Amino acid sequence: MAIEAQRMQAEESSKSTSPASGDAVSPSVEGSAVAVKSESEAVVRLDDVSVYYGSFRAVRDVTMPINKNEITAMIGPSGCGKSTVLRSINRMNDLIPTARVEGLVSYMGIDLYGEDVDPVEVRRRIGMVFQKPNPFPKSIRDNITYGPRIAGIAKNEWDDLVEQSLRSAAIWDEVKDRLDDSALGLSGGQQQRLCIARAVATKPDVLLMDEPCSALDPIATGRIEDLMQELKNDYSIMIVTHNMQQAARVSDRCGFFTTELDSQSDRRTGQLVEFDETEKIFSNPSDERTENYVTGRFG
Amino acid sequence: MAVATPQPAGLLSGNSRRRARERVVHIIVAAAALTSILVSIGIVGSLLYRAVEFVAGLADPGAVDLAEARNGIGFSNLWSDKWAPRFFDFDVKTLLVGSLVVTVVAMAVAAPIGLGSAIYLSEYASDRVRKVVKPILEILAGIPSVVLGFFALRWIAPNVVGNVFDGADGQSLLAAGLGVGLLTIPLMASISEDAMRSVPRALRMASAGLGARKRTTTVSVVLPAAVSGLVAAGIVATSRAIGETMVVFLAAGASGNTALFTVNPLERGSTMTAAMASQASGTDGTISELGFGSLFFVGFVLFVITLTLNLIADRFVRRVREVY
Repeated sequence: MAIEAQRMQAEESSKSTSPASGDAVSPSVEGSAVAVKSESEAVVRLDDVSVYYGSFRAVRDVTMPINKNEITAMIGPSGCGKSTVLRSINRMNDLIPTARVEGLVSYMGIDLYGEDVDPVEVRRRIGMVFQKPNPFPKSIRDNITYGPRIAGIAKNEWDDLVEQSLRSAAIWDEVKDRLDDSALGLSGGQQQRLCIARAVATKPDVLLMDEPCSALDPIATGRIEDLMQELKNDYSIMIVTHNMQQAARVSDRCGFFTTELDSQSDRRTGQLVEFDETEKIFSNPSDERTENYVTGRFG
Repeated sequence: MAVATPQPAGLLSGNSRRRARERVVHIIVAAAALTSILVSIGIVGSLLYRAVEFVAGLADPGAVDLAEARNGIGFSNLWSDKWAPRFFDFDVKTLLVGSLVVTVVAMAVAAPIGLGSAIYLSEYASDRVRKVVKPILEILAGIPSVVLGFFALRWIAPNVVGNVFDGADGQSLLAAGLGVGLLTIPLMASISEDAMRSVPRALRMASAGLGARKRTTTVSVVLPAAVSGLVAAGIVATSRAIGETMVVFLAAGASGNTALFTVNPLERGSTMTAAMASQASGTDGTISELGFGSLFFVGFVLFVITLTLNLIADRFVRRVREVY
């Protein structure tokens, strides 16, 4: 209820305060139909975001949206701050003692770092899938019901939720006969799909995926990529990937990050070079550095 | 096939003195390892031998002992209402129950506080706090038990037990148990913390990412994943509490190595270890051959109990290793 009220409030205020932006309009009325791609709305916005670890600025000046029902990819060489930016969106950076976020990260127009925002509530709405599959050492069923259980969803809904979540992660047929077996008995690809199902079970709006396929073989990777295409009908997805082909295959929009020497700290700091529709990034990028990267001349 | 130019024999034999030295080192370290094994075997062997001798002595007591015994000597001396070797009352169950009471009290103190400390250190404390607190905890583990025993005797007994339960000087199994509990906290905390910290960070991240609070993550993910290690911690701590001697010897209030059978923690009593110390140090004026032998018998019972506990703990620790 509190969040609902907050959102209403934010909608009002966002009209005047949210930065004017061409490709995305801040929150819209609940229940509006899936928007036309070119005019889709931003669920999450990053405005001038910098993330620090202690005094070191790891990534700076990131401005990009996550649009509703789209897959937004972040690509770039190692150490350019993609994962750091991703973790700032559901406040997982809070768990790293020295991390600090500057700039505005907003969800539905609400400043995610505002004073009365509970990071726990944020993470329920903005779910996350990690680089390495990390199922709990519990049964498959308990892995799925973990989120709903702590969110206080009634027990009699769990069974449906388990099936529904596993189906939407395209793993139901493989595990339906062994829901009470340990999740650790699954293959790596299955574990990762289970983790996606687990994230989906809390019914988030946004799914953050931090290199979800980097520990998987090509076949498992292909399945996850197919799955993402289905998931984007219900969720807004942001994915970090090392793999340019993957970004080109799955994403609608794409941000290219690189590292530049930071005059402030004399160390290499990540920054967003270019953000655009994926097609444009890969066929006709406007920045030379992007072009060098996507054509394989660097990175 | 042609063979390369023949070389003098001994080309590849190296330095014979160095090889000899290597053998010597091998023998020395092997001997060191063997020594501790032999000593252990010797201890267990002599313990067993004297224990058997004691039991045999009960069946066939020497003339001297028999003269001193009031009601004759037999296996019935192993079952009465008190432990008083001076009077040939070898009621081992008095000591067993005494040990049990002290251990239960001790674990009632050490398990929650130790586990709580472990949870704090592993899940809540910042790195800076942990770097200060962990060494302090380990120093606490190094406090000589006689110091804590004295603390239990002079402070816990009158101020805690005496005041709260209206006892005179408070010397009791309860006071001893509280002292042993304090002594056991660092051990419990340290092993539990190791078990919890070995739970992969990725699981905590997964839980947080699903919108769990730290409390939920700790209870629903970390503790279940660490459960074998925690059980092992509990067993090792229990084993330590059973084996603790000095605190009980000082604070449990048994005098002259005489203890009446009781299950009430508020009464004076003794444990296996304290009775042995009392017996061996000769605070009991007259020690008959048979009375002295009882020490080995009790020691053997104690050994079997702690060995069993340690074997069980070992099993659990092994299981922890299998998971990760």
